[in-house]
Amino acid sequence: MQPPSTPHFRLGAFAVIAGVLCGATAAFAYTAGWLSPGRLSREKVVGALSPPGGPAPGHRRNHVKGICFTGTFEANGAGAALSRARLLAAGAYPVIGRLNLGTAAISEPDAKARVRGLSLQILGPDGSEWRTGMITPPFFPVSTPEAFYALLQASASKEPGAMPAFAAAHPEIAAFGAWAGSAPWTGSYAEERYNGINAFVFTDAGGSDHVVRWSMRPAAQPVPVPPDHLATRAPDFLNQEIRTRLAAGPVRWTMALTVAEPGDPVDDPSKAWPEGRRTIDVGTLTIQALQEEADGPCRDVNYDPTVLPDGIRTSADPFPAARSSAYALSYRRRAAEAGSYPHTAPGARP
Amino acid sequence: MTVARFSPLQRLVHWVMAACILAMLFIGVGMVSTISARYLTLVSIHKPLGIAILVLALLRLVLRLRRGAPPLPADLPEPMKLAAHLSHLVLYGLMFAMPLLGWAMLSAEGYPVVLFDGLRLPPILPQNLELYALLRGAHGYLAYAFFAVILLHLGAALFHALVRRDGVFEAMAPVPTRALD
Ligand code: HEM
Ligand code: HEM
Repeated sequence: MQPPSTPHFRLGAFAVIAGVLCGATAAFAYTAGWLSPGRLSREKVVGALSPPGGPAPGHRRNHVKGICFTGTFEANGAGAALSRARLLAAGAYPVIGRLNLGTAAISEPDAKARVRGLSLQILGPDGSEWRTGMITPPFFPVSTPEAFYALLQASASKEPGAMPAFAAAHPEIAAFGAWAGSAPWTGSYAEERYNGINAFVFTDAGGSDHVVRWSMRPAAQPVPVPPDHLATRAPDFLNQEIRTRLAAGPVRWTMALTVAEPGDPVDDPSKAWPEGRRTIDVGTLTIQALQEEADGPCRDVNYDPTVLPDGIRTSADPFPAARSSAYALSYRRRAAEAGSYPHTAPGARP
Repeated sequence: MTVARFSPLQRLVHWVMAACILAMLFIGVGMVSTISARYLTLVSIHKPLGIAILVLALLRLVLRLRRGAPPLPADLPEPMKLAAHLSHLVLYGLMFAMPLLGWAMLSAEGYPVVLFDGLRLPPILPQNLELYALLRGAHGYLAYAFFAVILLHLGAALFHALVRRDGVFEAMAPVPTRALD
């Protein structure tokens, strides 16, 4: 043991201690982003999704309207050419899914949602799992999560020049505008093609990687309906329609994988890959039963696109990471508000 | 003179865990602050490292129960002794609680607990949204409490090392005993 310290030395010692503690606290605050108001946080992005009256408590912060279903994904085995994932080996796997609308406003009538969505949780016998959320446009409006945040801000802005300025800075949005203006509307979730849009890396049994995007192609023939006709239908006509349709016969989609070639824009979901890329049909999704979301099995699922089976992983596409982070916050918030979105079925938990 | 020290294995586990836990706290607050690609990288370190801390905490508790700890100096004022014992209890509690909460909250979310490709832990709770909300809140708030207690602990250790110079720091110092003579 050293001799007791002198008062002079003691002052220096306290200064050292204070310096170490302040330094550690500052490093912690910096890492947490508290000193970097410019960092694009999930709070900012999820906040920017909020509709004018605020989000519906207990509900998803985007794609807020939806209906649950249970079904099966029957893989035909052809996907094994691209990935060793158990869920692509021939077999039938249970699915918990959700048909939904790309809007954050719960009061918006179905007829107004330009973008529709299909979310899947496919469950493998080995405990592996594949979650995906797909949408009807063939590409995303913007190239990066930062641009998506800027788009949300511009479209919420009351400044007349905000959207033109955004479009000038992000010319990729023009393709989405063209799609939104020209693609036919339909009167059914079942008649839509849903696109995964983001690219993922598939690893085959030999260890080779392939960059892939996937889509669900409807078995039902799309029947175009003018939007002003849809506007005369009930605000939740899509839910009613899919129930009637399922009662009359099966509702199915084919899952198709599209493989990138060298040089394709794998990190930019606003750019479609050129026509003629190798495409493989890997299986069929069949809906077996529908459930109201309030009591349905999809309600408490986080369709985080980074929940992937072994044999599929994220790629250079920056969106899955951004979505995973934002969906975690959305999930945390809606979980904390679960009491505001009560179960309704008799005997269900309140 | 010789000081009573923790055993070499106890000291090794202490300093390895100190590094891991500090790293975990920084990784944790860093990952929830971003939507960049770093988010996934950090999460993929957070889960296996957190479970590794749980395993180390078990080993550490066994060592502590079997080998004990050197006594605090007799001249240390009673309130300080109490503070030392209480803060050590809290630190042990959090070493177990944080990883268990992380594992439990993902279970309650119905989210797969994957440590790395092919290694998935079973859920330790059934899926339950209300329970998730509670556990997720606890994991977040206790993390900040953990950092605060670690700062106190660090401040106290330096106080023993630099001001009191009473051998308490040397008992756990990451140096061989011969280096202290
Ligand atoms: C940075 C960009 C994006 C952000 C911030 C974002 C945000 C969100 C949020 C907060 C939710 C609610 C999640 C929940 O509470 O579970 C959501 C749901 C959804 N998003 Fe995104 N999203 C983004 C990009 C995309 C892309 C690229 C797609 C399409 C490929 C997509 C498709 C969907 C779908 C289908 C849902 C509904 C999921 C469900 O049924 O639970 N999103 N989004
Ligand atoms: C000593 C162990 C651990 C420490 C110190 C720790 C620390 C943290 C911290 C500081 C955060 C950010 C809190 C916030 O601001 O909300 C966090 C979040 C999180 N932790 Fe841990 N953690 C530990 C163990 C674990 C384990 C074992 C798991 C899972 C197996 C886990 C899973 C998570 C998850 C999923 C999040 C939230 C991610 C998100 O919201 O996107 N943690 N942790």
